[in-house]
Amino acid sequence: MNRYSRHIILEEIGAHGQKKLNQAKVLVVGAGGLGCPVLQYLAAAGVGTIGIIDHDVVEESNLQRQILYGTSNLGQSKAIVAKQRLLDLNDTIIIEAFVEMLTHKNAISHFLNYDIIVDGTDNFATRYLINDAAVIANKPVVYGAIYKFEGQVSVFNYKNGPNYRCLFPNPPSKNDIPNCAEVGVLGVLPGIIGSMQANEVLKIILGFKNVLSGKLFCYNSKTTKSFTISIEKQSNTKLKDIEKIKTNFQNQSIDQICDTIVAKTTIEDAIKKKNSLFIDVRESHELPKAEHLVHTNIPLSLLENELSSIDKTKTIILFCQSGIRSATAASIMLKHNFTNCYSLENGIEAIQNYFKINA
Amino acid sequence: MTLKIKYFGMLAEITQCEEETLSFSKGTAADLLKVLFEKHPILEEKEFQIAQNQTFISNDSIISNAEIVLLPPFAGG
Repeated sequence: MNRYSRHIILEEIGAHGQKKLNQAKVLVVGAGGLGCPVLQYLAAAGVGTIGIIDHDVVEESNLQRQILYGTSNLGQSKAIVAKQRLLDLNDTIIIEAFVEMLTHKNAISHFLNYDIIVDGTDNFATRYLINDAAVIANKPVVYGAIYKFEGQVSVFNYKNGPNYRCLFPNPPSKNDIPNCAEVGVLGVLPGIIGSMQANEVLKIILGFKNVLSGKLFCYNSKTTKSFTISIEKQSNTKLKDIEKIKTNFQNQSIDQICDTIVAKTTIEDAIKKKNSLFIDVRESHELPKAEHLVHTNIPLSLLENELSSIDKTKTIILFCQSGIRSATAASIMLKHNFTNCYSLENGIEAIQNYFKINA
Repeated sequence: MTLKIKYFGMLAEITQCEEETLSFSKGTAADLLKVLFEKHPILEEKEFQIAQNQTFISNDSIISNAEIVLLPPFAGG
């Protein structure tokens, strides 16, 4: 056990702690800026089984921060290259590489095979998917996220603690907050934040107290300032979205639309949105009509054919009878690069009530 | 009271300030948001959370502390 001697001589770890590390199973979603340092330290620490999910290939612009890859790996699968690199670092552990996207269809079955999930992704849709699937599968998530020079770290869904939706209940609209490719990032920042994520993973496995649960650690690499904010667990009523999504997950074999997370809006918020276009996606014969609301009617059955006639610069508010078909419509539009579209909660009923009160 | 408002991530960019002071009579986080939206209308379009005393607060929480943090979610990885 010479490899782990510097762990084993630590009173807090010892041979017993090292055995816990060797028995642990950790899934890292995203092998990019955050995933690379997480994977490197977990493999070096002797975490016995490490899963890597990433569908991307190595690009030259990744090399500034994604430290598992080299020039000779350009164009190769990140998950496969990472696996080879990590097995060179430590051939006593098992590395499982999945060259695929995390989806609603595969998330829960993957998560059930591991003890801890690490979120190293670069988009909100996948972050909410990880959160919701982890809540359903009852697994802790070690979360890290970055923006230019700033980073956030937390542990969600740990021992009944808060999850990501307790902090940010609603996904921002798809392109509301850009990713590293669009805005840039200081190369070392994901190294710092990813290393902190690896630290939290090890703390969880080793059973340390003071896991970063119920707290959001925030760091600014430009000012070297950091602070920690407490997150309170929200009541179930505020988290009813997860229950709704749970139904979606379970119905996934029938209903395969929700690979993208659809932004929802209330009628009050929808009315306030500027440059908006309301679209009724019900069939033309369906009643009641939204007579007080300026809108256009494109039945869901015809939507895909009509997309070219819709102005992409508008904020699209889709509504139907209850909010189910409009969510499907929003999902279709997101897939066709309409970045700013919402499904109206409670559909026509919400509109009727709004105009009853605000007539 | 005089509040110190700190903006993080893209909120600092769109409001063009990382930190500002603001006089605020009394009220809830929702009341404070009204004042902030009037000053920076673009904030209204954005997703963020408010913290005071190093704790995230809800819209009906009373503003009692001089230092308020506005924090958006980050997507990058």
